[in-house]
Amino acid sequence: MERIPILRIGEMLLVSIQVDLQDHTALMLQDDLSNRIVETGAKGVLIDISALEIVDSFIGRMISTTAAVSRVLDAETVVVGMQPAVAITLVELGLTLSGVRTALDVDRGLRMLRDSVEFPVVERGVTPDDGRAD
Amino acid sequence: MSPQPDHQWIDLLRENEDEVIAAWTAAAEASLAGRMTGSDLANDIREIYNGLLAGEGAETDIRSSVYDGLRALLNDLGRTRARQGFSPTEAATSIFALKQVVLDLLGRRGDLAAYRAFANLSIIVDDLGLYMLETYANARETVIAQQAETLLELSTPVVKLWDNIVALPLVGTLDSARTQVVMEALLQALVDTGSEHAIIDITGVPAVDTQVAQHLLKTVQAARLLGAECIVSGIRPQIAQTVVALGIEFGDIHTKANLSDAMLLAMRRSGLDIVGRS
Amino acid sequence: MTDAPTDDQTVLPLKADSDVVRVRQLVRDVATAVRLSLVDQTKLVTAASELARNTLVYGGGGEARVRRLTQGTSVGVEVVFSDDGPGIADTDLALTDGWTSGNGLGLGLSGTRRLVDDFHLDTAPGAGTTVTIAKWRR
Repeated sequence: MERIPILRIGEMLLVSIQVDLQDHTALMLQDDLSNRIVETGAKGVLIDISALEIVDSFIGRMISTTAAVSRVLDAETVVVGMQPAVAITLVELGLTLSGVRTALDVDRGLRMLRDSVEFPVVERGVTPDDGRAD
Repeated sequence: MSPQPDHQWIDLLRENEDEVIAAWTAAAEASLAGRMTGSDLANDIREIYNGLLAGEGAETDIRSSVYDGLRALLNDLGRTRARQGFSPTEAATSIFALKQVVLDLLGRRGDLAAYRAFANLSIIVDDLGLYMLETYANARETVIAQQAETLLELSTPVVKLWDNIVALPLVGTLDSARTQVVMEALLQALVDTGSEHAIIDITGVPAVDTQVAQHLLKTVQAARLLGAECIVSGIRPQIAQTVVALGIEFGDIHTKANLSDAMLLAMRRSGLDIVGRS
Repeated sequence: MTDAPTDDQTVLPLKADSDVVRVRQLVRDVATAVRLSLVDQTKLVTAASELARNTLVYGGGGEARVRRLTQGTSVGVEVVFSDDGPGIADTDLALTDGWTSGNGLGLGLSGTRRLVDDFHLDTAPGAGTTVTIAKWRR
């Protein structure tokens, strides 16, 4: 049975989906991820879907649920690398994955997670850059 | 076997060949208003004349094989005239002019019996004219289809404004087919250039209705799924008023009045500030 | 759609989870062969994925038939999903956004319909369900 590997990088977990997902593989990943977040105390989860040729409502729901569950477990989820054709199809289908953060690639996703995770710890006492906010 | 009386028009043409061709060319030239050189036209007319005589006057169906050469010639002429931008009337007149020429000829002769022959010629000439119009119309349609395709490609120039920022200046009416092309081009550009900000400028869009707003909203949502934010700029006062009057929900799309404001917002969001030299 | 000249069609069973993936791959292959644009391919494959899952989950399994369509100068891909399950009583309701009989997101049929050019639902209570979809090359 196929299992999607979950890699740990510091305080983050990285999942790169490289296969055409079967429904139960997706469900298993959802379970595995919540277990690993608790085990490792990870603060961020990065899901790379750049190799996915389609995301249908089932996989979309898996992503949304994973993000919601992670948040309850105090970890941020960022989905990176969605293909333009997949994004167009998802919107047409009526799924906007609201509540899920996205980034163009793994690099930017990691930066986004670091910013949201490390900011309260590293920069405590430093005045936030108010002038930049819109 | 002597020719049937009905086909006397062929003799009529043969007997007056030079005069017919000269008058025919002159009539066609007048209608084309000097946009073709006389010698080119005279060549065309002579070829049509030869093709017409190939039927020996015995064949009235222009689809017959004796007229193969003539039809090929008309195909060619119809296409050429369409591409040269002549109107259908101008294109067909080069054929129909023959009737006037022969009629004039008969009038001067006062030969009443020959009018019957003319009626027969008339039928053939009408068919030829219509045939040419058909190829003319086909050629036009091809041109229009090609132009539509070219326009579709032309109409989606995604430009890189700055590191991390691309812009899509939209011009013209947005329909579903075009929006799909536009959307794909924009999203692909975001991925290719690794840009997190897109500005969709709608200064050149004449009207925003519910459908156009829907399309914009979908583009913004799709961009968000990729990890990029869109700003819609160039919203003219009338458009803002229609949007409100129609009760269109722009949702949480960021809007700016003009491109430079949108650019400024996009730069600030990517952590850049514009500072004037003091 | 039935009057369109047919090319060979491929029939795949829908009995297990992995069959859904197989249907997706076959639809992708045929869509690539008739040169649908990448976005249209993705829309068709996604629609097929939704319907294949419906056939499996709500129809208790069935089959998918995939074939090329040719009509005049246009070409396309047709996919037919059929099952002998309980069928759908109120098709209008089933095609409304937000409605669902299972635990899905309620996007199933209405969302799927938006992804394709032709969509035909043939069903009655107790008589099974057949859904026919097609996408044409632009």
